[in-house]
Amino acid sequence: MSDVVRRPALRIAWLRPRLFGHRLSVTAMIGILIVVLNIVAAVLAPWIAPFGESDIVGDAWADPDPQHWLGLDNLGRDLLSRMLFGARTSIGLSLIITCLSFSIGILAGFAAAVAGRWLDILLTRIVDLMLSMPTLIFAFIILSVLGTDIPVLIVTIALLDSTKVFRLSRAVAMNIAVLEYVEAAKVRGEGLWWIIRAEILPNAVPPLVAEFGLRFCFTFLFIAALSFLGLGVQPPNADWGSMVKDYRDMINLGYATPLYPAGAIALLTIGVNFIVDWMLAIHSKGHGESA
Amino acid sequence: MSARSSDGDILVVDDLRIDVVGDRGKGPCLVDNVSFALKRGEVLGLIGESGAGKSTIGLAALGYTRLGCSITGGQIVFKGKDIRRMSAEERRMLRGSGVAYIAQSAAASFNPAHTIMEQVCEVPVRHGIMSSEKARAEAVQLFRELDLPNPETFGSRYPHQVSGGQLQRAMAAMAMAARPDILVFDEPTTALDVTTQVEVLASFRKLIREHGTAALYITHDLAVVAQIADRIMVLRRGKMIELGNAGQILLSPREEYTRRLVAERVSGHSFLPEQQGEPPLLTVDRVSASYAQLVKVIDNVSLTLSRGDTLAVVGESGSGKSTLARVIIGLLPRESGDIKFRSESLTPRLADRNKDKLRRIQMIYQMPDVALNPRQTLYDVIGRPVRFYFNRTDAQVRARVHELLRQIDLPESFASRHPGELSGGQKQRVSIARALAAEPDLIICDEVTSALDQLVGEEILRLLKRLQDELRVAYLFITHDLGTVRRIANKVAVMRKGQLVAGGDTATVFAPPYHPYTELLLSSVPEMRRDWLDEVLAKRKAAPAGAALRPA
Repeated sequence: MSDVVRRPALRIAWLRPRLFGHRLSVTAMIGILIVVLNIVAAVLAPWIAPFGESDIVGDAWADPDPQHWLGLDNLGRDLLSRMLFGARTSIGLSLIITCLSFSIGILAGFAAAVAGRWLDILLTRIVDLMLSMPTLIFAFIILSVLGTDIPVLIVTIALLDSTKVFRLSRAVAMNIAVLEYVEAAKVRGEGLWWIIRAEILPNAVPPLVAEFGLRFCFTFLFIAALSFLGLGVQPPNADWGSMVKDYRDMINLGYATPLYPAGAIALLTIGVNFIVDWMLAIHSKGHGESA
Repeated sequence: MSARSSDGDILVVDDLRIDVVGDRGKGPCLVDNVSFALKRGEVLGLIGESGAGKSTIGLAALGYTRLGCSITGGQIVFKGKDIRRMSAEERRMLRGSGVAYIAQSAAASFNPAHTIMEQVCEVPVRHGIMSSEKARAEAVQLFRELDLPNPETFGSRYPHQVSGGQLQRAMAAMAMAARPDILVFDEPTTALDVTTQVEVLASFRKLIREHGTAALYITHDLAVVAQIADRIMVLRRGKMIELGNAGQILLSPREEYTRRLVAERVSGHSFLPEQQGEPPLLTVDRVSASYAQLVKVIDNVSLTLSRGDTLAVVGESGSGKSTLARVIIGLLPRESGDIKFRSESLTPRLADRNKDKLRRIQMIYQMPDVALNPRQTLYDVIGRPVRFYFNRTDAQVRARVHELLRQIDLPESFASRHPGELSGGQKQRVSIARALAAEPDLIICDEVTSALDQLVGEEILRLLKRLQDELRVAYLFITHDLGTVRRIANKVAVMRKGQLVAGGDTATVFAPPYHPYTELLLSSVPEMRRDWLDEVLAKRKAAPAGAALRPA
């Protein structure tokens, strides 16, 4: 409902392209720019990085010069190259983990919503159990016991993260499962898999996409936190989290070195959040219109 | 100002135009060139199908539009002042104390966290018209006038503690609290049962007459507006079709569209003679069912239905008629009794039935908007049962979908559309096609026309009848609209509180001697005569036959 007098809309519409049929907000455009730049850097790292990931090219903590734009790190490796390769590891890992956690979480969440009370109770209790322990400590224990190989890291974080996806997708699916077209499919005799895949999933996409963006950020920060504690990506591979850890003491000596990877993490998080905010806004637009 | 306005006019709407104005520029026009004047104490009925612009005009009288819409032309003059030229503060003062609104869903309009009294008194106290004590006293008086039970203590209840009909009347008290000059009723009785509707309608009329308040009464039901309005405006697609005195509109409408609305609806149709010796298609034998083994919702119900029959199950909301459908389908397992389909017992649970049994009973739902998956094309929606039950090739499925679309009078090109691109009536046709795709023996129709406009609903009923003649399918027709039952069903079952009150051939059940509850239901269906409400009220006062059955 709106009053009869309308606030005139800003007339810069031609500046703002559309995505999914909705005009992008200014922040969303900034977000997309940040994310695209990061992804390009990650994908092209081996070609655009001036030096190798772990090549020692000079003295430790050398100042920036025309060949080494950001200077050298604690072992004399080129910081810019490490940043680019770090983007590759950090973003790639986050993406794989988020995809995996979503596959697990959505499947379990939808199954809990439609497959009947007992499966729902079982899955929900398991998830409650996992959520009752702080995630970082849970991961800490598992990784300490099983070691810090990349596959172990991926599966551990994905499983822990899928509990949150589970809760969202179960709630979303519960709302859809009571609608009559789902009942019609049940009455037709359709199996569980069809109901999940054809009836519920296509209608649950908008909130899940928004959540994907958020979880991607959290995963990113989580890996950074684990790397910072020495349980994430292992040397000599670069990743932004472990770079912050390795360089952290230099901040006391007046060097900006640890701020570069930390800033990159912050920037990407902000960028993704801008896009997610916009997606949530266009998703919620459809609601509340009926008076 | 318009030439038509005179001193007695409290609201003058002149050449009103309302458009959708969104991010993407100007959208469709919702209301175009509508003008009328409302005198003090006069009731103007706004009538039309959904999308006619009735509610949009009603809201405009309060200086509101729906989100994304804008008043782009004309004047709305209230007591000599144009609402569009008022300051925001003046408009705020106008709402509630000058013009008040009564919405369709009272349950959604009350805040569940506050008592009714607090909410009724809010407007006069906030607007500084009355002191808190005075407002309370006035509210009690209004409750009394509206025939609410225990008017002294009624206000201390919370919205969920009173019935739907009572809450709707409490909302009228809330609107009336600040003694507005105009009340805007927006389909206030549409969500109520017929028996409740009579009482609420009578209360509203009494309230308006006693206070001499002018009103805009918005409804899609001409029979309802006939009871309450002095003049009637017929709207269609945002344009005024006809404006006249209520008697003139009902008895001698000038326009073709109004004539169609007023005309007695399609007469009854013939039914196939019962085939002797053929066993009944569906036999429901002393079936009972309950929710969570606690509340008995179906109590010892028996029915029979033959091929080509239409059995109407009627009753008010909460009578268990939709639950009966769920029990037959198997969504709610029965606890006792037996259901036989084609002489074989159906298992209580849906999951235990085989594909062939599932195929032979199909269902059509009340709300076409949620009955179709918005992400599937019509080809997917209609083609899925064909593929699922009959194992056809892609080409065969496509041919069958086209054939079904033709049967429901939709062009083949619609196959690639999504439900969002269809009107309500078209969606309901697609639901019918989806049911037919399974080639069923029995289709359960759960209030299939109640979410549709009157004329569209008629077309759906006609389509269902034609399909029945062609395919000899039986219908179990759940409805609260007794007006249609006589015309479409050869058998009827009247339900009340989970029990079968009366059942048998329609001609027998709907003819004297009636069961008292059947009589109450039948007498509550509004008729398109101006004196109908008076007659019903007089009759009930004289002979409170069904008094014990009536809701409070």
